[in-house]
Amino acid sequence: MTALLQHPGYDEERLKGVAEKLPCREVQAGMLLSLMGQPHQYSYPSIFIYGHRASGKSHVMHVLMKELELSHATVSCVECVSIALLFEQVLLSFFGCDAASLLPRSPSLSDFVRVYRQQCSQSPAKQTRYIVMEKAELLRDTDASLLSALLRLQELVEDNVTVILLSEIAWDKFRPNTGCFEPLLLHFPDYSKSELQQILSQNVHPSYSAGFYSAYINILLGVFYSVCRDLRELRHLAALNFSKFCEPLAEGKVKETDTHKLWKHIEPHLKKAMQTVYLREVSSLQWEQMQQMEEEEAGALRGLSAHTHVELPYYSKFLLIAAYLASYNPARTDKRFFLKHHGKIRKTNFLKKNEKTSNHLLGPKPFPLDRLLAIFYSVVDSRVAPTASIFSQISSLVTLQLLAQVSHDDQLDAPKYKCAVSLDFICAIARTVNFDIVKYLYDFL
Amino acid sequence: MATSSVSKGCFVFKPSAKKKKKTLSLESYFVQGCEDAESSEIRFRLCQELWDEIKTDTEVRTDVHVLLYLLDFTRKCSSTRQNSDWTSQMRASEIPTAALMLGVNVPDHDMTFQSLSDMLKQSVSPHVASVQAKECGALKHLMKKVLERLMDTVVVVDDEDEEENVETSPRVHRSMHCSLGILCDWYTARTKKSPTGTPGKKRSSQVRDEQQQPPVVIIFKDLEAFNPRVLQDFILICSQYIDRLPLTFIFGIATSPSTIQHMLPHSVSSLLCIELFQSLSCTQHLATVIDKLILASRIHFKLNGKVMQVLIGVFLYHDFSVRNFIKGLQLALLEHFHSQPLSVLCCKKKQALFNVTQLSKPNLDRIRQLPSFKRYVEKQEAQEQVNLMTDDSHLKEVCQQLIKDLHKYHKNYYPILRCLHTLTSSLPRYPLGKQIRELYLICLAKNVWENEDYQSAMKLVKMLAKGEMVSLLQKCVEILQLSKSKKMKNALVQLEELLAKFKQLDTATEMTPTVEASIPSPIKNLQKKTDLFQLQKTLLEMNESRRAKRLSPFENLRNEALEFIDNLVKSHLSPPESQPLYEVCYYSSSATVRRHLNATPRTSIQAALSNPYYYLQVHLLHEDGTVSNTAPDICIAYKLHLECGRLINLYDWLEAYSTVVSAAEGNDQDSENFGKVDEVKHARFIRAVSALEFLGFIKSTKQKTDHVARLTWGGC
Repeated sequence: MTALLQHPGYDEERLKGVAEKLPCREVQAGMLLSLMGQPHQYSYPSIFIYGHRASGKSHVMHVLMKELELSHATVSCVECVSIALLFEQVLLSFFGCDAASLLPRSPSLSDFVRVYRQQCSQSPAKQTRYIVMEKAELLRDTDASLLSALLRLQELVEDNVTVILLSEIAWDKFRPNTGCFEPLLLHFPDYSKSELQQILSQNVHPSYSAGFYSAYINILLGVFYSVCRDLRELRHLAALNFSKFCEPLAEGKVKETDTHKLWKHIEPHLKKAMQTVYLREVSSLQWEQMQQMEEEEAGALRGLSAHTHVELPYYSKFLLIAAYLASYNPARTDKRFFLKHHGKIRKTNFLKKNEKTSNHLLGPKPFPLDRLLAIFYSVVDSRVAPTASIFSQISSLVTLQLLAQVSHDDQLDAPKYKCAVSLDFICAIARTVNFDIVKYLYDFL
Repeated sequence: MATSSVSKGCFVFKPSAKKKKKTLSLESYFVQGCEDAESSEIRFRLCQELWDEIKTDTEVRTDVHVLLYLLDFTRKCSSTRQNSDWTSQMRASEIPTAALMLGVNVPDHDMTFQSLSDMLKQSVSPHVASVQAKECGALKHLMKKVLERLMDTVVVVDDEDEEENVETSPRVHRSMHCSLGILCDWYTARTKKSPTGTPGKKRSSQVRDEQQQPPVVIIFKDLEAFNPRVLQDFILICSQYIDRLPLTFIFGIATSPSTIQHMLPHSVSSLLCIELFQSLSCTQHLATVIDKLILASRIHFKLNGKVMQVLIGVFLYHDFSVRNFIKGLQLALLEHFHSQPLSVLCCKKKQALFNVTQLSKPNLDRIRQLPSFKRYVEKQEAQEQVNLMTDDSHLKEVCQQLIKDLHKYHKNYYPILRCLHTLTSSLPRYPLGKQIRELYLICLAKNVWENEDYQSAMKLVKMLAKGEMVSLLQKCVEILQLSKSKKMKNALVQLEELLAKFKQLDTATEMTPTVEASIPSPIKNLQKKTDLFQLQKTLLEMNESRRAKRLSPFENLRNEALEFIDNLVKSHLSPPESQPLYEVCYYSSSATVRRHLNATPRTSIQAALSNPYYYLQVHLLHEDGTVSNTAPDICIAYKLHLECGRLINLYDWLEAYSTVVSAAEGNDQDSENFGKVDEVKHARFIRAVSALEFLGFIKSTKQKTDHVARLTWGGC
């Protein structure tokens, strides 16, 4: 196993330590090492590593850099709200704070290159320097030239530097229109079930035997593997449910080796966990409390999505109903629904080609404010004065995200909105004001 | 301005002290335009005292328990984070998050968050930052706001750090891009430095510091309004620092907790450990406020039925905002003391009695003019009537008595109201309303016992089972116990006697078995006969017998109790209008309140256009119905456009306009130039039309050339 991680430039002992810390990732680590070459050698300018969440990308890089004591700068692209921050962090970790303070306010790429070269000439690299960029997909949203420049930074600064990009997205989605230097691609495949088993089993609870814990992991994977392969999440779930698994053992009912009985005990529990805590319906803290509570008490604890009821002022309810009708009924049919003597218009008569499909499948359509108010005044059962508070209710519905403003904020003339609530929600609202909304919906005619 | 200087140059002239515009104090604002200026000072003082009382009452949060739970939560989170057993090591480090459900009345949330962050700062951690969506459009801004607030608070709180912060804060501002890393360093610097720790005791202080790592709390006031992308990124960044920085989030949610799931994908929400906290619903909150401010004899200022209706209507129909409700109350309070000179008597009993003696002659005349006082006078004997109308000192004496009566009336009114509410609030279909405010509105309107709903409610109470009856009466007893007035104490004694009787029944019924069986049952006969006439007869008989059926002791007692309650209601719950001098305490101008709280911009515009006199107050314009020639251009254009159909021909409109305006200028009707469109008129017309377009009465259309479309309906 360790044979893979042999490299002339590095100390054997250290490589061994690296291999121990990177279970099931030896191949990738070895590949990376051979790409990096010996410390003093020039390395390939840019390496692109991709793989799913929790497939060990950052971990491998981190361990390699730390254990082999390579000079590196790790930057998380989420955190870099501006490129200035990115430059600053790189300079800070390579040359110290003095270098970072040389950057002007809102530096450009060339500023960065200038400062880097200046510093580099003072302290030239004896070893390859590495810039590790996590969540590199966010680089696409910044200045277009930044990515291309980073890919061939080695040429720009004339230094022994390698940029390593880590991302969950394949390189194809990165390539700019103008073309750029192609980095070396390295894929981290997902862990297989047995690999997951192997990695998870390493975190043995100190007071139990390794075999027992591994059996637990086996059961856990049996339940969760079909829905979740995220190592981080699985480890979290394992920690949460382990105490329940040990329960019969503590009570002295079962022996450690009696896997079947243990399985019978834990399986329904894990199934429940899959529906609640895994989806974050219930927080892990509450889950732990639930385990200590009695069964019937635990039933009282409801998940996040169970609370959907929203209390609204009376007219806001009608405004929302009117908005829903305006969003899901074609404007031509308003006459049919809201005029007293509309005559008989059959549905088939005014079906247009595109209206044959259900409006509910197409989603809400935008409507102007005038139409909303016209419908509002005809559905609300009493005479309502057009007061300022009616209008302010519309905007508060927008901030509550029950309506969405489609037109730009600046457009004062005829703002357009969309209704952003579901049919179930609006039915519940309509029921509280005794309004039969289904009768007014074109789709249900 | 002249200078005594010989040389040329620029001189600064500070405005002399006299010229400085004196800023008016609150009081002088109040006195301005106030009726009866003499007593205005007293009234102002009374008004302020009352308002202060109301304010202190409302500042006490009603949902304190929710906030306390929240405090507990943050404390617990920070303590669990620091232990290092196997499970907590294995667990992904989640950011503890409290989702605080506050209801849709967003304006009220500010108060809650203010008290929450105060409480947090006092008892959990000095590091509290609250952010609002509108100041955090981008991640950058959010980050900046969080850093600023966290670090600035420390500057204020701690004097020791002054030096250090002087150093650090410019650095943050200078480099402009601030990251959580800086915050982390700052935090470790803060917590490491123990104020009492000497170098020798380094170890022990280190241990204590670890226990005392106060959490860093970030409050997101309005989660819904945040840009989901910004929030996601922020959470992602925070999760990277969670092992170094004990962060805790509090989300303020207005709608429902499922918004969290709408906003955050699983990859982000799995970084949070969310716990829900439900605050009081806004209607409950309103109920407590009404309970404290309106249904209390302690606060002498009262609203009459219509004003209450307006305030509650605004609350229920428009905004659900308790704060606005209190604002409305404040408005009514100010208006009352401002416009009603007799409000000097609206205060505590002692003071009111004193104020009566100080009443001026015009005020005494005002009292004589009061409708309620007139009614009172009419009931008196002839000699007394003359005395009241002529003798001032006698009037003062009577007034004192009347004020005393009014106070007594209030003292008895509210306990009885509450009793009636407890009895009727749980009845099926709530004939007298579920909430006490509904019952209160009914009682304010007219004699409640003449109300049909009251009678049906009483009928329903008559059917209550014994257990329920006893428990309801028990509650009434508890309510009456709180009251101190003599009459209420009497009532309490009587009620307790009744209750004792109910309890005796328990033992008594066991002794005497019911003798129900002796009554011959006509139902058996019914089954035999088929004749219609016979059937009717037996049915009537049955009815008779049922009516005549001897009441059980329980039923007797129940009727007795009901009669007792009914009497109490009749003697104490008469509407305030029946009390002489009620105008002193009751504010009744619902139109004013409505106009101020529920603005109608559209109606005002229309009023201004169709009746410019209303706003301009120029007498030339004082005409009804017809278009005045001298009205502003836009009004003329507006009136003319009302006569048109859906599409308006611009040229015809212009012609009509210029005719009207020419008439106004006094041109001779027969002259050649009359009604001719000159450039000035044309320009004026165009301006008026574009103003109308701006106000949304017309819009340009492509259906017909030279036409505009009309957007409003209804003729002249």
